[in-house]
Amino acid sequence: MMTALRQYFEVCGELLYWLFVAPFRGKPWRLGHTFAQIVRIGVHAVPMSALTALTIGVVLAMQSAAQLAKLGATMYVPGLVSSSLVRELAPLITAVIVIGRSGSAVTAELGTMKVSEEIEALEVMAIPPMSWLIVPRFLAMVIMMPLLTVFGIYVGLAGGWLISHFSLHMNTAYYVNHALQYVELRDVGIGMLKSGVFGVLVVTIACSIGLNVSGGAEGVGLATTRSVVVSLLGVFIANAILTALFFF
Amino acid sequence: MSSQLPNAPAGEPIIEVDSLVRHFGSQTVLNGVSFKIYAGDTFVIMGGSGCGKSTLLRHLIGTEKPTSGSIKVFGREITTMRHGEMQKLRGRYGMLFQSGALLQSLTVAENVALPLVEHTKLDAGLIDTVVKMKLEQVGLTGHGHKKPSEISGGMKKRAALARALALDPPLVFSDEPTAGLDPIMTAVVDELTQRLTQKIGATVVVVTHDMNSVFRIGTRIIMLGTGAQQGKIIAQGTPEEIRANPNPAVQQFINGEAEGDAGDDSGGHLYRDSLLGGHARTGLLSKS
Repeated sequence: MMTALRQYFEVCGELLYWLFVAPFRGKPWRLGHTFAQIVRIGVHAVPMSALTALTIGVVLAMQSAAQLAKLGATMYVPGLVSSSLVRELAPLITAVIVIGRSGSAVTAELGTMKVSEEIEALEVMAIPPMSWLIVPRFLAMVIMMPLLTVFGIYVGLAGGWLISHFSLHMNTAYYVNHALQYVELRDVGIGMLKSGVFGVLVVTIACSIGLNVSGGAEGVGLATTRSVVVSLLGVFIANAILTALFFF
Repeated sequence: MSSQLPNAPAGEPIIEVDSLVRHFGSQTVLNGVSFKIYAGDTFVIMGGSGCGKSTLLRHLIGTEKPTSGSIKVFGREITTMRHGEMQKLRGRYGMLFQSGALLQSLTVAENVALPLVEHTKLDAGLIDTVVKMKLEQVGLTGHGHKKPSEISGGMKKRAALARALALDPPLVFSDEPTAGLDPIMTAVVDELTQRLTQKIGATVVVVTHDMNSVFRIGTRIIMLGTGAQQGKIIAQGTPEEIRANPNPAVQQFINGEAEGDAGDDSGGHLYRDSLLGGHARTGLLSKS
């Protein structure tokens, strides 16, 4: 546990150097690698995020409609869907999808590179693995996580609209107006802040565990599982803390 | 034991190792290792499994730090060297890994081009020309577009050799370069390594336990011991001197005999025993 924490903070420390100091010492970010990672980590996660957000939006609308109907208050469904999505569910569900899809892939890829001596080869070729492998993944994750969250909010709202329009017979303008009425700009900002924090947590945990893999193929498998579990725990705990700070 | 090999060439050594010790927990892997490597040497580090030869190589390339002792490369102490300086020094290394360690996400040509892209200001056209030339030298013309997963083990080793020599480094390290290859491909890789490094005037440090390779390419050799002699140099010299070495452990290793004293001058343990975890002595794996 202590060793893992030490390794995590070592990776974070090095990452900070390569993010904020190295570019001013003639070692710029590798933008080509970053764009490639944006596609792999973010763009390829769009279909899965969309499907998940759509079902969450639909379920949220159905559950809230079922309860609010007892009070004759189904007009509040759009607001409930939008505020839930923006404040909590979109950042959280997007993070869960990214952990399962991209975080695990980052750990598995780095772990495989570690056990097959590829990372050592980079070091011996005087190509810093932090600059070549980690910084592009970090930048891609912190850029794409909020974007995927915004996308998730839109798709989730579309899911809520499906139920509101076809089952509760609300017209589209009414749904949009009420959905927007219950969301403030501050909520959107905090939702984005959450997704940014989740992105940092997911990518640093995935990279730290991936870079410290040992034990061949079995080690890579165990590390990937550990990466997913630790990332999920980290994101849920961070979400609770951020919600307490900003909404409670 | 003298730190300088017999018949050592004149001039300053390129690598100078003095009293190198490395512990992993309570285990001593390297125990007072001292030697010098001179320009133009093909210096072979040999020994049985677990004797510490790969660990020694990792200390020479600066990816491991010793418990105590000194390593000078090109006259500079690397055990206390700062990371940035070490990175600059590594620009003068070429390294051939046991597995090849080609980056799986890049093609063979991109792998060979990587050191050129990272450490030179050559334009893309010139880099392309150099890569084609390097691939031709190792017999991989027409395979540059393939991913490492699409080529054979021998081709991977040759591609890795092309990458290691891409910058024409003055110092080349090679960790078990022929492990897992058939005898013909082993000879091909040995011959290529020798020819290409001689062409650029590089000094080569090879870790291997393939005796054919040792005597085919080695100009100077050290052997590390196992067992009670763990991590110590038990023999050193030219190939002829190693062949004539009277140490029974050395002779057992050279001749590939199961019975003998390899790794233990006292004769108290069999090298085979240490490999088999004592099963040979208890008769579990004996013929009867």
